[in-house]
This record gives sequence, C-alpha cells and structure tokens, in this order.
Amino acid sequence: MAHILQTSFLPSTSTLRRSPISASKARSHSLRVKAKIREIFMPALSSTMTEGKIVSWMKSEGDKLSKGESVVVVESDKADMDVESFHEGFLAAIMVEEGGVAPVGSAIALLAETEDEIAEAKAKSQSSSGISSAQVVEQKPKQKEESEQAVPAVAPTVSSTKTVALGSAVHPASEGGKRIVASPYAKKLAKELKVDLGTVVGTGPLGRIVAKDVEAAAAAAASVVAAALPASPAIAAPVAYGIELGTVVPFTTMQGAVSRNMVESLSVPTFRVGYTITTNALDALYKKIKSKGVTMTALLAKATALALVQHPVVNSCCRDGNSFTYNSSINIAVAVAIDGGLITPVLQDADKVDIYTLSRKWKELVDKARAKQLQPHEYNTGTFTLSNLGMFGVDRFDAILPPGTGAIMAVGASQPAVVASKDGRIGMKNQMQVNVTADHRVIYGADLASFLQTLAKIIEDPKDLTL
Amino acid sequence: MHSICSQATAVPRSNFAFDSHAPALPISKPINLRFCGLRKEAFGFSGLTHSCSSRVRFTSRGHSKRISASAENNGTPPKSFDYDLIIIGAGVGGHGAALHAVEKGLKTAIIEGDVVGGTCVNRGCVPSKALLAVSGKMRELQSEHHMKALGLQVSAAGYDRQGVADHANNLASKIRSNLTNSMKALGVDILTGFGTVVGPQKVKYGKVGFPDNIVTAKDIIIATGSVPFVPKGIEVDGKTVITSDHALKLESVPDWIAIVGSGYIGLEFSDVYTALGSEVTFIEALDQLMPGFDPEIGKLAQRVLINPRKIDYHTGVFATKITPAKDGKPVTIELIDAKTKEPKDTLEVDAALIATGRAPFTNGLGLENINVETQRGFVPVDERMQVIDANGNLVPHLYCIGDANGKMMLAHAASAQGISVVEQVTGRDHVLNHLSIPAACFTHPEISMVGLTEPQAREKAEKEGFEVSVAKTSFKANTKALAENEGEGLAKLIYRPDNGEILGVHIFGLHAADLIHEASNAIALGTRIQDIKFAVHAHPTLSEVLDELFKSAKVKATTSSHVPVSEPVAV
Repeated sequence: MAHILQTSFLPSTSTLRRSPISASKARSHSLRVKAKIREIFMPALSSTMTEGKIVSWMKSEGDKLSKGESVVVVESDKADMDVESFHEGFLAAIMVEEGGVAPVGSAIALLAETEDEIAEAKAKSQSSSGISSAQVVEQKPKQKEESEQAVPAVAPTVSSTKTVALGSAVHPASEGGKRIVASPYAKKLAKELKVDLGTVVGTGPLGRIVAKDVEAAAAAAASVVAAALPASPAIAAPVAYGIELGTVVPFTTMQGAVSRNMVESLSVPTFRVGYTITTNALDALYKKIKSKGVTMTALLAKATALALVQHPVVNSCCRDGNSFTYNSSINIAVAVAIDGGLITPVLQDADKVDIYTLSRKWKELVDKARAKQLQPHEYNTGTFTLSNLGMFGVDRFDAILPPGTGAIMAVGASQPAVVASKDGRIGMKNQMQVNVTADHRVIYGADLASFLQTLAKIIEDPKDLTL
Repeated sequence: MHSICSQATAVPRSNFAFDSHAPALPISKPINLRFCGLRKEAFGFSGLTHSCSSRVRFTSRGHSKRISASAENNGTPPKSFDYDLIIIGAGVGGHGAALHAVEKGLKTAIIEGDVVGGTCVNRGCVPSKALLAVSGKMRELQSEHHMKALGLQVSAAGYDRQGVADHANNLASKIRSNLTNSMKALGVDILTGFGTVVGPQKVKYGKVGFPDNIVTAKDIIIATGSVPFVPKGIEVDGKTVITSDHALKLESVPDWIAIVGSGYIGLEFSDVYTALGSEVTFIEALDQLMPGFDPEIGKLAQRVLINPRKIDYHTGVFATKITPAKDGKPVTIELIDAKTKEPKDTLEVDAALIATGRAPFTNGLGLENINVETQRGFVPVDERMQVIDANGNLVPHLYCIGDANGKMMLAHAASAQGISVVEQVTGRDHVLNHLSIPAACFTHPEISMVGLTEPQAREKAEKEGFEVSVAKTSFKANTKALAENEGEGLAKLIYRPDNGEILGVHIFGLHAADLIHEASNAIALGTRIQDIKFAVHAHPTLSEVLDELFKSAKVKATTSSHVPVSEPVAV
C-alpha cells in the first residue's frame, strides 16, 4: 500500500515555509533553512476517489512519526486504508478532524521536521484556515469541538464539589483514590465527552465509575454552562404540540413500547378494588415537611411501600402462569407523562429509604426522565405502580396493569367532602379515592381489600412515614 | 458438520508464551498430494451399504479369525485383532476418522470416556456458534443507525439469558445425538470408558470402579483432544473466573468481564458478551491484539470489532495472579509487564474469562507403555500423523490426530487428519496439506483465513527465492454487501505472480467464514489464479468479493514473461 500512498504524498514537495516575513528572517540562520513544515495531503486511494473521510488519526498532535508509519485512516469510496507518512518528523497540526471530509489533494495535517517547529506549524494551520479548500469541510467538526471544549472548562468546579460531598464513595481498591477504577465504556465515554475521570464519583459496583457516572458528570457540566448563559434559549416558550392534522405519524420507540405493553396487558385477568381514604392527617404532614423538599408523590410511594411490607402478595407477580414470584424488594414505579409518551421511573426500596432521600431521588428521576436519560434499571424494575392524576382534579379513574407486575394503584385528587360519621354527626373531611387493578392469578380480592385497609390506616395516621 | 465446527478448539496462537508450537503452518514442510481431505458427511445414510458388510468383513491383510486378546501377552503384538481400527476419543476428529474407516470397509470401534462429540460439539465451536448467532442478531437490532439506514424501526431489543443459554445447550445436544446416531447407523462400536494404550496394537478401556476391558486392533488412532489451558497463578472457580467450558453455559452475563487472551476464543466471546451488554477488557501478552491473524486483517478487525465497542485492552502484559470474587470483593487481576516482569497494574472486574489457548488432553493415555514421551503434553507425530517414540522412531500402527498432536488445533483439521490416516492404513499413501485448511473466527463480521499470512509468505519467499504479490478487494464495492448495509470488510490474496499459486487468502467481512472455501479448495486442488479467475460467480453475491480478488491479481504465467507487472492495488 505504501506505494500508492507515496504518490499521493509526492505533492508535499511544495513545502510550506513560514509566512513570508519570518521566512526572510530565517534566511539569516543557516540552521533554520533545513527545517521544513510539510503538508500531509488527502491521498487518492483509487482512481474514482474525489474526496476522503478521515476515519481516525492514529497519531496525535506532537507525536513523532517515522517514515512509513501509519498516521491516519482514510475512508474512500471503496475501502478504509491506512495512510503512511513518507517523511520523518512530528505531527504538528491536524487540520481535518476525525469524521471530517477533505477533497483529494487538500492538506489534512502539517508535519514539522523538528520539535521546535510544532508551535509554528500550529500557527500556520490556524492562519491558513479559511483559505484552504479543506477548510470548508473542516468547519463542521471544529464547531462541534469548540462546544465540546466548553464543557470541561466548567466541569472541574462542578465535579470537585461533588467529590467532597460524596468522598466516601471512593473505590475501596483504588488506594485512597489514587487509582481510578472505571469500566471500559466509562473510559471511552470520558474521552469522548472530555470528562476528567479523576473528578467523577463512581456509583457502580464497589464504587467503580460506570458509563452513567460519566454521562451524569458531562450533563452536570453542560447544565452549568447552560445556566451560566444569560437568556438561555432553553427557556423557549412552551410550544403546543406541533401536530399536523390529516397525517399518519408512526409511533416513536417509546410509544411503540407502550402500545405493545398495552396489548400484552390484555392477556392478564385483572380485577379492581376501590377505597376512599381520608387525607387530613397526610395533608397536614405534607404542609409541615414540604419545605424540606418532600413531595406528595414521595409520601404516597412511601405509604404504599409500607403497606406492601405487610402484604407481600400484593408486591408479587406472575411470570409464567404457574407460580408466584415474590419480589425481594419493594420498588414503587410512578407513572410520569413526558413529551410524547409515558415512563415509570422507579423508587427502589421505597420501604427502606427515608422520606427525604426518597423525595430527592424522585426529583432526580423526574429530571432524568425529562432529559430522556433514565437508565433501564431506573424505569423497568418496578414491582408496584402508582398512577396519580389528582393534580388534574380527576377524582377517580382506572389504570391498566403493566405486564410483569402484580398491581397498579390509580390515585385520584384529595377533595373536601361532607362526611357523615358513625356518631351521627356531619363534618367536612378531605378524601381521596384509590383504585387498585391487580392480576387475579396471584392477587385475590381479599388480599387487595386488606392491603387497602392497611394503606388507609397508614395514610390516616401518617406518623410512620417520616421515620 | 465440519463447516460448523471451525474454531474455538483452535488457539494456541495467542497468549502466554504458550505458543511455541503455534501456527501449525510449517513453511518448509513438503506439500504433498493435493487432495482435499474434507468431505461432506452424511449422517448415517449414505454409506450404509458399506457398513452392512463391514461387520463380517475380513480385510485383505489376512487375519482371518478373531480371538479375544488375553492379558498375559502384553508387550507383544497380538496375532489377530478385535478390530481393524480403534479410535480413542469420539470428538469431531475421531468421528471423521470412524466414518471414513467404515466407508473403507474397516471394522471400527471408538472409545469415549466422556460424551460423544468432544470439545467442539459440547464445549466449543457448536455451542459458541449458537451464542454468536444470538449476538449477531442482537447487534443488528441494537444498531439503530443501521436499522434506520435500511428504513426499519425497531424498539429496544432485549434478551432472556436462560433462553439464550438453552439455545446453545439444545444445539449441542442435537449435534451430539446426530453424531452418535451417524456412527451407530454405520456400525461403529462405541465403547464407553477412558482408553489407555497398554502395548502395541492393544488398548484397555473401562469406567472407574469397573473391570477394564482389553481390545486389540491392527491400527490405533489417538484423538483425545484438548482442554482449556489455564496458566499458573490463575484460580478458576467456574463462577467468576471461568474458561470457555463455563462461559458457554452462559450462567451469567457480568457487567464487566476481563478476557485473558485475544485469539479466536477471546475474540468470539468479546462479541457475545458485548452484544449482551457486558463491557470487556482484553489482556494480551503480546504487543498487539489478535496476534494470530494477518497483521492487516488484525488492524482492520481491531478498528471494527474492538475500538467502537465497549472494550478496552492491556497489551504486552501477563496476568500473573487472578483471584475469584469472594466476600464482596471483585475478581482481582495482577498484571506484570511481559518483558520487564515489573508489576504494572491491578484490575478489579466482575468476572474473568481465561482464553489463553488449549492444552492437549493426553494424561493417562499409557504412552509410557510404548516408549512415547509427550512434548508439553502433545503427542509427537510425523507428517502422516504416525506417532514418534522417545528414540525418534515411528511407532508402527499408532497414530495421533487433532488437538492432541497440536499440529493445527481446529476441529475440521482433526477430522481431515483422521481421514488421511484411514487412507494410509487402507493402503493409499496420503499426506494432508495443512496449508489448505481454512480457519474462521465467527465475530460480527467474521474473519477467515487459509494458508500463509503476508509476513509468513514473505519469509518463505525470501528463503526460497520467489516473488510475492498481494491483491486486495473491499466489501465496500460489493453489491450484496452494500444491500445488506455491511460494506465493512476486506479480502486479501497473497500469491506468486510468477506461476499464479495462491499462498494465502484472508477475509474480514460479512460471511467471511463461508466465503473462504473457494480459496481453500483452490489451494487444496492446486488451482492457479489464472485458471480460477475465469470461473463465474452469481451476481449479486458476496462471493464476487473473491471473484474480484482473483481478477485483480496480476499473474505473469500465461502472458509473455517480459510484460512488467506492477504491484497490484485494490480497486
């Protein structure tokens, strides 16, 4: 292959000196005359090739190249080929980034003969940009790079505070944080997103840094950037769904998944049991701890989880039509409407986690859901589902059981109602209707009834929720 | 079956300084008889006519009556024999030999101490192909970009681990019963127990706790195969530190698995694990990944199979100590520099797969009874697979085929060697041309090869004073590949421009493993490029990649000799 490539490198006799002024100066130094900055051209790898795409640079700027060494991989119309260097020197400046396209014969990089000239060559590549024909195609990747570079500029401040806060999560085998333990994909992503792994706190097994940690770090940095920008375009007016009438729009992936699940749900024999719960005590509690970031959703999830502890069968499911699958943890999935669909972020171990942590976790999940960054385990590990339409004033509704789970609870709005009490008096109380849909293969009517009774007791006397 | 069973049994090319015997391509070896040993086998149907007569048939070599051997004449060859041929080991090699022996009219028995099918069928190529079929489909379904380019919409693909594991296990059982039935139908006696050579032409076999049986045969073939090689310092617990034997059961899909060795086995498992969602770290003792492959193919394969996937790697390092996960601690791997032996790094991962090659399974074969010394476990043989004793003399009537001799650790190579031996013992001299045996790695896309790599060819050319040329074609120019949206790939031909001899062909691309046979058959039959280039290929097919490859070669042979031939280029 070297032979073909050599031909493409031949034009490099047109070596660049420096800009005319410095060149005239240099002439006085005999030593300098020898030094050259050569251009590396996009080679013609086949007779029909007019332009080539840079697949990857095998060397980085500043690397020493020996003659015949592969520098770059170029994709032509027919094949990917390694391009070898025809000269010895240092790769001074890469002018077309990976993924960029350049016409055959245009410069894609500069090769400096000595190390001293690298800086000069770099300057050259920048000053010559805009004239070179390769520049047109080069702009795209460059812009992308700039926006990416903006990220790490802010990243360290964000993540360093995070490190302090969560310092205990350092990998036990990382010798006190000296060594970074990150999974292969996390390392790759960090390189791509330009995230310094040293500042990322791992949440994987044994505190290992995994891909989502890197993504989170990058997202955190990006959000800081966005926030720092005045009049961020992100606060664009909420546009009503741009629906074009008279068209057929195929499902998105998410909508397709919902559709399949809904049809699948028809194969499960379900039944429903409703209950009216007085929420005065719960409302009072909510008012008291709202300032601490506790949300009603978290309170309801917590109450449900505590009731499920006493009724494990309601937390079970039927996988094969022949057996009960008793789930070891109580994971409350809560349905959330998001742009163009529905997702059920999961509050894991809701019975064990305290209400404040649960509320924080919920907020985090909702943010991630809106950003479409939920990881599979964050939306498909639910064992019991909550669906709350109370905020719309809905007083009662009926939910469809998501396949793979045993029960779902539809929660209506808590509304003041005139109630006759047993002692013959009439009073006003806040009441909320809940309606549970369950798989009758594993959960029977009496199971649901006693579960709802327990739930009502917990909600009507909610002191356990804050324990 | 041969075509299914390509690799996994292969490997010693890879890691851990274990491979001095490695690429079984002895360049200086005389290449004899251009005879293709592989043949299509019929599972017990064709050839039934032979088998009927074979039971009562007396061979021309004149032992007209059969008496059972008595134990006291150990050491001296018996005068008459229970069988014409006894094969120790019912793997793919032994099976191939047995079928051919029946076809040749030999009364044949096969001794198996474990399950019929050996490594390939039970713990190698067969179940791994099932896993790779799944990984290939997962890859396609997960590649949103690829699907979109075809105009398809697919939502999140998922898998059920047990279902995948069952598929692999079911395939192995099916192939195993096919194999067993094919031998039974032909009248091959399957003797159960571990076989041991007790003297010339004499074998004992039996299960533990039962009395041994002694049988005699005119010729004996050792085909005991191999087991995964585990370097010292590595503790295999079968759960978190595993070999291919365990991995094929797919009892878990770890989040992060280290694969020690980047040969065929390691590479295939990296394909399976990454498709199922694991992240992989390769540990390779040599300086680059995939050391057994042609360097150019290796480079391209790395660009497609390693770099864009969730894989990282450490090269030039030995894993000196690997401790399984326990008490909440992860699997720890201590790495040292392969050259300086300095400690280099410690990895903590969820699991480690040891794919450092395979070691011959020859312990307890009783070779000391006939003065044969194994070499690092391998049974020394000549080019006709006849066993060589400690004094360098051939042991009459004793042959060894397959992984146990280490010449070329591939299932179909073992089978070809077995057939070659049967040819010899039935009176026809035959030497198998190992350079015509193809090898394949069933990654996505696949890698396949036959003959010499470019460096090997250049070395041979220098020694023997001929010229070597290289031609290449790309899958990017192939209509069928583009229709499938799988244009990534390269085919490379290494040949002699003076006479048009094919020295080696290497393919990386869609269905490479199926495409190689045109080249391997050409090598086996001695077909020259100037002839094969006129053969017609259906359009549009992937096989046109090879068509174009042969056509792009510049051979002087049929043209007048003074036409200058420049270096061929890929067009």
